Amino acid sequence: MTTAELVDMITVVIDGFEISVPKGTLVIRAAEKLGIQIPRFCDHPLLDPVGACRQCLVDIEINGRAFPKPQASCTIPVEPGMIVKTQLTSAVAEKAQRGVMELLLINHPLDCPVCDKGGECPLQNQAMSTGQGESRFEGVKRTFEKPVNISSQVLLDRERCILCARCTRFSDQIAADPFITLNERGALQQVGIYEKQPFESYFSGNTVQICPVGALTGASYRFRARPFDLVSTPSACEHCASGCSLRTDVRRGKTLRRLAGEDASVNEEWNCDKGRWAFKYVTSAQRLSHPLVRNSSGDLQEASWPEALAAAVAGLQGKRTAVLVGGRATVEDSYGYSKFARVALKTNDIDFRNRVTSNEERDFLATAIIKSEPTYIDIDRADAVLLVGFEPEEESPIVFLRIHKQVRKRGLKVTAIASKLSIGNEKLKANFISVVPGTEPAEIKKQELSAKSIILVGERASESSGSLSAVVELALKSGAKIAWIPRRAGERGALSAGAIGNLLPGARPVNNIEARVDLAAAWGVDSLPSDNGLGSEEIWAAANTGEIEALVVGGVDPMDGEKSHEALSALQKAFVISLEIATSNVTQFADVVFPVAAVVEKSGSFMNWEGRSRAFEAAVDSLQRSDLRILSMLADAMGLPISLPTVKAAAKEIASVGNWDGAGADFIATKPSAPHTLKKNEAILTSWRRLLDEGSLQEGEENLAGTARKTVVVISPKRAKAIGVVDGDPVCVSNAHGSVVLPVLVEEIHDDAVWLPRNSRGSHLLATLGVASGAVVSVVKE
Amino acid sequence: MAFTEDNVKTMDSMIARYPRPRSAIMPLLHYVQSIDGFVTNEGIELVAKKLDLSTAEVTAVSTFYTQYKNKPVGEYHVGVCTNTLCAVMGGDAIFSALKEHLDLENDGVTPDGKVSLEHLECNAACDYAPVVMANWEFYDNQTVQSAIDLVDGARAGNPPAPTRGPDVLPTWKQNSAVLAGLNDGHANEGVQAGAPSLLGLEISKVQG
Amino acid sequence: MTTLTPVLSEHWDEKDSFTIEGYKRHGGYEAAKKALAMEPDAVIQLVKDSGLRGRGGAGFPPGMKWGFIPQGDNKDHYLVVNADESEPGTCKDMPLLLANPHVLVEGVIIASYAIRAKKAFIYVRGEVTHVVRRLNQAIEDAYKAGYLGKNIFGTGVEVDLVLHVGAGAYICGEETALLDSLEGFRGQPRLRPPFPAIAGLYARPTVVNNVESISSVPSIVARGAEWFSSMGTEKSKGMTLYSLSGHVVRPGQFEAPLGITLRELLEMSGGIREGHQLKFWTPGGSSTPIFTADHLDTPLDYEGVAAAGSMLGTKALQIFDETTCVVRAVLRWSEFYKHESCGKCTPCREGTWWLVQLLRDLENGKGTATDLDKLLDLCENILGRAFCALGDGATSPITSSIKHFRDEYIAHITHGGCPFDPQASTLFASAKAGA
Repeated sequence: MTTAELVDMITVVIDGFEISVPKGTLVIRAAEKLGIQIPRFCDHPLLDPVGACRQCLVDIEINGRAFPKPQASCTIPVEPGMIVKTQLTSAVAEKAQRGVMELLLINHPLDCPVCDKGGECPLQNQAMSTGQGESRFEGVKRTFEKPVNISSQVLLDRERCILCARCTRFSDQIAADPFITLNERGALQQVGIYEKQPFESYFSGNTVQICPVGALTGASYRFRARPFDLVSTPSACEHCASGCSLRTDVRRGKTLRRLAGEDASVNEEWNCDKGRWAFKYVTSAQRLSHPLVRNSSGDLQEASWPEALAAAVAGLQGKRTAVLVGGRATVEDSYGYSKFARVALKTNDIDFRNRVTSNEERDFLATAIIKSEPTYIDIDRADAVLLVGFEPEEESPIVFLRIHKQVRKRGLKVTAIASKLSIGNEKLKANFISVVPGTEPAEIKKQELSAKSIILVGERASESSGSLSAVVELALKSGAKIAWIPRRAGERGALSAGAIGNLLPGARPVNNIEARVDLAAAWGVDSLPSDNGLGSEEIWAAANTGEIEALVVGGVDPMDGEKSHEALSALQKAFVISLEIATSNVTQFADVVFPVAAVVEKSGSFMNWEGRSRAFEAAVDSLQRSDLRILSMLADAMGLPISLPTVKAAAKEIASVGNWDGAGADFIATKPSAPHTLKKNEAILTSWRRLLDEGSLQEGEENLAGTARKTVVVISPKRAKAIGVVDGDPVCVSNAHGSVVLPVLVEEIHDDAVWLPRNSRGSHLLATLGVASGAVVSVVKE
Repeated sequence: MAFTEDNVKTMDSMIARYPRPRSAIMPLLHYVQSIDGFVTNEGIELVAKKLDLSTAEVTAVSTFYTQYKNKPVGEYHVGVCTNTLCAVMGGDAIFSALKEHLDLENDGVTPDGKVSLEHLECNAACDYAPVVMANWEFYDNQTVQSAIDLVDGARAGNPPAPTRGPDVLPTWKQNSAVLAGLNDGHANEGVQAGAPSLLGLEISKVQG
Repeated sequence: MTTLTPVLSEHWDEKDSFTIEGYKRHGGYEAAKKALAMEPDAVIQLVKDSGLRGRGGAGFPPGMKWGFIPQGDNKDHYLVVNADESEPGTCKDMPLLLANPHVLVEGVIIASYAIRAKKAFIYVRGEVTHVVRRLNQAIEDAYKAGYLGKNIFGTGVEVDLVLHVGAGAYICGEETALLDSLEGFRGQPRLRPPFPAIAGLYARPTVVNNVESISSVPSIVARGAEWFSSMGTEKSKGMTLYSLSGHVVRPGQFEAPLGITLRELLEMSGGIREGHQLKFWTPGGSSTPIFTADHLDTPLDYEGVAAAGSMLGTKALQIFDETTCVVRAVLRWSEFYKHESCGKCTPCREGTWWLVQLLRDLENGKGTATDLDKLLDLCENILGRAFCALGDGATSPITSSIKHFRDEYIAHITHGGCPFDPQASTLFASAKAGA
């Protein structure tokens, strides 16, 4: 809320203290502002008030008229002339609260010593502040069979539950996944699932975090630690571009859990299950610990750092070299790669977009995105949201929650241009405009938006020629804002750091001489390369032709792009320096391998889709070095120093280099590609990555994988009829490259399209078919 | 049992009664019981689909209300009121007699599937205490013997008629359809009122 | 001696009283015609003037509820009739609906017209199949006769009436729980405000009235507010149904002016069963604090009963004689509240769980004298602390019975068990005694 917006303020008296709060503020929160803590359980500032637990009872009078009985302060908004007496000044409120606390405890087990929540438990804490030392209850406690697996990652101990309904309200109101509900009634009321539908929500972990007792626990943390043995570090999530604040809890050097951090302007108090429960990759058996150098007999063998650096310098000597950096690098690391390319390698051949991409996208990013600053607040205030090549729930889940919040609150209009109506977009009640690759630009141009609208563009918009050009045209015409929301956490930061062929750090166009001079001066070098560099696909191609002879590759999976065979042969041909946390598909081709620190082992920052940076410190002690440090050492060894010995130094330099405020480049529109003509049993392939899939950062997380959506191939009812299949029948999708066989799901999708998950168990399209979208494939009954 | 196309049409007509589909969940669950005898998984899944709800949301509703059963009941579901007044007046005695006679516990079903037994809360017929219900039809002013006659008749397929209800006691499934709002044509059967209901009227006539 | 005033029950002794023909024989649906010729606001005023108060327990005047509905708001309005009669002892609405469902349908037409509702619902409890049949038939016949639907009596007035059958939940008698149930949710009470008059069914302005309240409206329209208010006492106007049950010679329904006493009703019905004396009774269902023989002359109107420390409630007079163990009676009621607690709030859900355990121990002679204090303190922690009135109601029988019969509780403790013979209180026992 900006200060320009006038808010009615209401003055009330709480325990004798006056306070003015905005109209609509609940009594419990007005009291908080005075530092008066009224005990509570069901209350949660982001959930609708329910008044169920009755723990927050206080005495209230308004203009001299007292309520006859104590009121739940979590449900009553302040009113003029209100006088509130909490437990601190009212004996009635104090007794009411003690009474409720006693009742909450009669059926609560005394298993705190073995309960995960013990030590950080609101019930335990408030029982100390508001409860009796001894129970008067001598009867029989309620018991249940325990625990119940409500999904592969969440367990429920019903006898601990105090039925505050936080979890069920969260799943319904916030996540729109009402798979857990209060069942039965009275003293037998209990949280439950339908027996055949587990709590498979991408956001289920939040219920564990907001449970005020130990009733909901995460399978991977259960019985692992005591909260007081953990060291907590504020973190930034490395899994996507939503930009969540996280907290990483470590015991004896090992990450035991991650929790959603609080950031009202970004993730509020939520995160997704991937961000919460995918962190074991850091400790995988494939982790690299020492540099490796390929010896004369062609085998990789451990080497000392000086040996490895020397081998790298020798290998790069005199070779035209390009840099490929994956989309998960921190801002500082990307800056390191960017500067290393320009200063040590004297090239603009660098790209962070290690995926299906296009030059249309590169131009779009350098013109429409690099200087725009859309925010979550733009979603909060939008009159309409248009989704292009973007599935919020799968590709940026906190963006999904934010849109859903507005859909629920005020019926925000959402339009999705996509091949298939997704589960997430159904939950957003989106107006679904069915397209196949190639027909998007026309549909985009037809949209009617206003200056209060926002277009959320995903990285997949680059997969259909002309889509981004149509988005730019639509935005110009309507005044709507454009937000580009890549899937990976590092892409927006890498763009800012100039880890791309047409931009230098700080939005400086490569082909602008003033911009180059400005930066060269800041860096203390004579000049910077002036030609636009190659994109990732062009780099692979050039390496295959021998035009490029060496590659510096950091955090890249060659299987992530189309024509992955070309990438593999390029790696084979070129001299390859690999910077990796663990053995990867690059390692087998690398000539020099440098082990790097994982996110939790280093400091840095991630820039989310808004362009908002979130800095973090190392959560775990480690001897591993950041990419940046290694690049700096390598540049030193090459005699072309980039002078970035630490993350702190890089951050300082990024700040001082600043953003270029001169003219940017002009966008040149790209035409849509010609439509495909389809023969019998042919369809156009469409796909996206699901949030929970076989992504490398989810390795080893079996509990998490258990809640992934089922791998299916989706076709329309018309096509199903044509090839004679019903739900569940095996269907084969194939091209000259390979085939995938999966059970079919018949639902709302463009008749010409077929949809499969891009990288899920049993469906690895880029590896199997060599394409992920827009290509003609055969779809037949298996 | 599978739901037929006609069943689904009937469900649609129930949904059409309401301004918002979700309101139809209660008649739909009664209707599921009229076909399957209890709230089956198949029924839950169908209701969820018809109303665009999650199966958990349907479960939450079906488990809240005691008339929805999660396992089969008898063809004749017998309930004995054991709320205070009926209990004191003989309901407790009737309930324990029936348990012993049928060799059932509360919520039990006879092995032949004919009769199930449940103790009830107040059924709004206190001036007819003790009260027994069979498939939610009134059996007023019961004794241990009359209640035993009722369940024996039910097991033999020949239950006595309700005291204020249709001429012949319908089955559990038939009456579930009535509760779903379907007219079975028996509204005109049975008395308009029992003697206690008419007592004040009678006295007023004497009073003049 | 007060004279009985059968109005609602006037023709229940006619075999076809529940049919549309039977109802019309005595002027049925004429009141609706009369009302539809009036201005809606005039109908509301008439009902206000009559002094009619809600017959569902709380006694809030329906005319005022109707007046709260914002007019000209371009929103749908709804009328919902609460026919979820489930309060222990309460047994007036079900015989009414069995014998004369049309009077309710006619009341619905008038009330809907008054509040400008085009859609009305009757929420009837589900455990009464024959009542459901009669209601369903009555609605069908009223549609056929043109008394419901798009163009009632050719006036252009539209009222659509839907019968909604519950499925066993006492809490749905609470009006906001009823609305949640009608919307297809678990029947748990809602936060208030907003009140139903502003945001009720589907968040639209809604009136929720009891069966007897709405059924009283046609007679008020037909015979006038003055006629109605000439009956009853100063602040409790009109006639109402008193339901007498338990250890009396002739239990049954008595339609009388408000303010009649139990002594009068007992005299009419032949008194307590032979050879026994009145021990305790509820004036308006189990949630109203119990009375004893000391209250035989308490006027049974809203003020009279309140002044004597209880509530008129639903006028469900459950009579227990000296053979009844009050601890057993109260335990059973507590079990009822535990069974029917919706589970939403802590005091009611956990409190009733504990109350039952304490009372069970006391009834079985396993309690101690301190348990009585604990019981009373527990009631204090539930009363006024629960989300809705169900929790409050659960404490009424306990606190009132300890007030009147503390010695009997103590006797259980000293006796090491219940000193009563349950057989002696049964109807069979009195039948034997009579034989």
